[in-house]
Amino acid sequence: MHKIIVRRCAGLVTALAMVGAIAAANSALAGATLDKVKQAGGFSCGVPTGIPGFAQPNDKGVYSGFDVDICKAVSAAIFGDPGKVKYVPLTAVQRFTALQSGEVDILSNNTTWTLTRDTELGFNFAPVVFYDGQGFMVPKKLGVKSAKELNGATICVAPGTTSELNLADYFRANKMDYKPVVIEKVDEIYAAFFAGRCDVMTGDATGLAAQRIGRATHPDDYVVLPERISKEPLAPVVRHGDEQWNDIVTWGVYALIQAEESGITQANVDDKLKSEDPGIKRMLGVTPGLGKALGLDERWAYNEIKAVGNYGEIFERSLGEGSPLNLARGLNNLWTKGGLLYAIPLR
Amino acid sequence: MTDLTQGIPIAAQAPRPRWTGALAWLRANLFNGVTSTILTLLCAALIAAALPPVIRWALIDAIWSAPNGQACHGAGACWAFIGEKFRFILFGFFPAGETWRPIAAVVIFLAMIVAACDRRMWGRRLALVWVIGLFAVFALMRGGAFGLSTVETALWSGLPLTLVLAVVGMLVGFPFGVLLALGRRSRLPAVRAICVGYIELVRGVPVITMLFMASLMLPLFLPTGITIDKLVRAQVAFILFAGASLAEVVRGGLQAIPRGQIEAADALGLTYVQRTRLIVLPQALAMVIPALVNTFIGIFKDTALVIIISLFDLLTTAETALSDANWQGFYVEAYVFVGVIYWSFCFFMSRYSQLLEREFNRGRRR
Repeated sequence: MHKIIVRRCAGLVTALAMVGAIAAANSALAGATLDKVKQAGGFSCGVPTGIPGFAQPNDKGVYSGFDVDICKAVSAAIFGDPGKVKYVPLTAVQRFTALQSGEVDILSNNTTWTLTRDTELGFNFAPVVFYDGQGFMVPKKLGVKSAKELNGATICVAPGTTSELNLADYFRANKMDYKPVVIEKVDEIYAAFFAGRCDVMTGDATGLAAQRIGRATHPDDYVVLPERISKEPLAPVVRHGDEQWNDIVTWGVYALIQAEESGITQANVDDKLKSEDPGIKRMLGVTPGLGKALGLDERWAYNEIKAVGNYGEIFERSLGEGSPLNLARGLNNLWTKGGLLYAIPLR
Repeated sequence: MTDLTQGIPIAAQAPRPRWTGALAWLRANLFNGVTSTILTLLCAALIAAALPPVIRWALIDAIWSAPNGQACHGAGACWAFIGEKFRFILFGFFPAGETWRPIAAVVIFLAMIVAACDRRMWGRRLALVWVIGLFAVFALMRGGAFGLSTVETALWSGLPLTLVLAVVGMLVGFPFGVLLALGRRSRLPAVRAICVGYIELVRGVPVITMLFMASLMLPLFLPTGITIDKLVRAQVAFILFAGASLAEVVRGGLQAIPRGQIEAADALGLTYVQRTRLIVLPQALAMVIPALVNTFIGIFKDTALVIIISLFDLLTTAETALSDANWQGFYVEAYVFVGVIYWSFCFFMSRYSQLLEREFNRGRRR
């Protein structure tokens, strides 16, 4: 029931958030957030209430996951300690108001970066940390290898979502027909798919992968097709108006990506302090300068990597092959390995 | 049509019952005529068809312990999931080392409710018990005194949160609702207008809108740096809503009091307060017990709406527990578990109200 309400209220909230943007834009001052955070000895980070792999509380109520590690990295960069974060679980509906009103300082909440959110809502987006997109899942026994072969298929899709619209667009663009099976509740729609009521299930690729592992009696009987028919770049978000805070989060993310590219890991970061590579020396603060530019300790990037590892390690821990989700890197690989992750030079 | 006036036996002696005991009960209740017999057989067939699969799923094929979710998918229910998650479902984000505190708070809540149900306790003594009890619950949950560590309200979740919102909402909302109902029937135009305006305004919007206003709009209008606790905002919204809906129920009772009762009270020289307290309210409230309890049950279940402002009530903690990547797909088990808890509370309220109804309406029973 909640999900339906959440969806129906989303429009109202967007309107409210726009009102709030005006109020919020005036209240924030450059540098104010870092001062406030340092004075308070911590900051609050808005995470999803529960998305497998991204933010999930354990039986003790302690959050872990990909989104959570991003918050920890920023905390380590500022305080040298990943534990100075207060996690505020937020629903999709509430997250924007919470950021605008100052209840949280960062959203690490599987938020898709779009133009209106960046402008009208009064936010700044840090670099994309995860490229998601809508995909298709089919039973292996159908022998389908590509979404282009799905002409005439029965497809399970949640009604009233962007997934439903993207699906219609994709099939029209490729001049194919399909029969939609629409069921409001997410649980029921997956149950219907695994019970064989439709040939194909469509939704965000990470969601498909999680459900395949979690719900199918034999996960290997299902495959997620390679096509992505929508772009869902997920990025951390901060408020407009505080450039320094935006810089810290932005470069905090770039440092994680650059660390993977430079081969710096949680395990070898201490050895890398002795590296002769001028780029690594600058990044780890052996050659000072970058920390001062950000208003942080020179060891900021070292502390990040020491606390949570580089981007690849964060990915593997929560989403990759070491995790139950077992996602392939795909687009979320370094640009040198065919992905989209490209850190701007840290110098 | 046959003429019914003919052939009625006059003063016939009751025949000796052919059936006694259980058989008589069966005959009277289940096989009393053709329609009744057919319905009974149909229901029996339905139960026979539905029950074995349910029992097989819930008990025989159920998996009671498993290292992770993948090992727990079988033909039956996975109660290992509940075993793994019940602490989180019941108490949510409350610090794990301090779980005894929310447990104690829930026990105190239940004890207070039981105490309130005993009519012999009604009076000043009960009020005292409740004041002490609520204070104890608050001290246990919030901490910061008596050597307990402080736990901010954002971490209150699960069953204690549901109970706090529902019980405090009803406890404060009820007297508030009575005052509103009396105000609405007041002879003073200003009082009446305010009460009517308030009731119509609040009752006219869904409770979810109240929660939205309280937690999304309010912070944007407050100056930066001033925040009101989110739980307090939600609690106030619930009290305001409970007050308005209970007021209309109580008004129904007030309007059912015969005019003569009030006139008689006036003739005895009772003041307004005495008349209301001794004559009007006891009768009015006794008459509307079913509707009151209906509203209470509604409020209890409405507490599940607080997820909209990211407070984690019992239902939400159960849904959040489902997000664990290691334990995917145990929706039915989680919903059955919280469903049983919700049902127990609502069923208790319903049965207790029936008891009260019998007690209070003895004089009117035919």
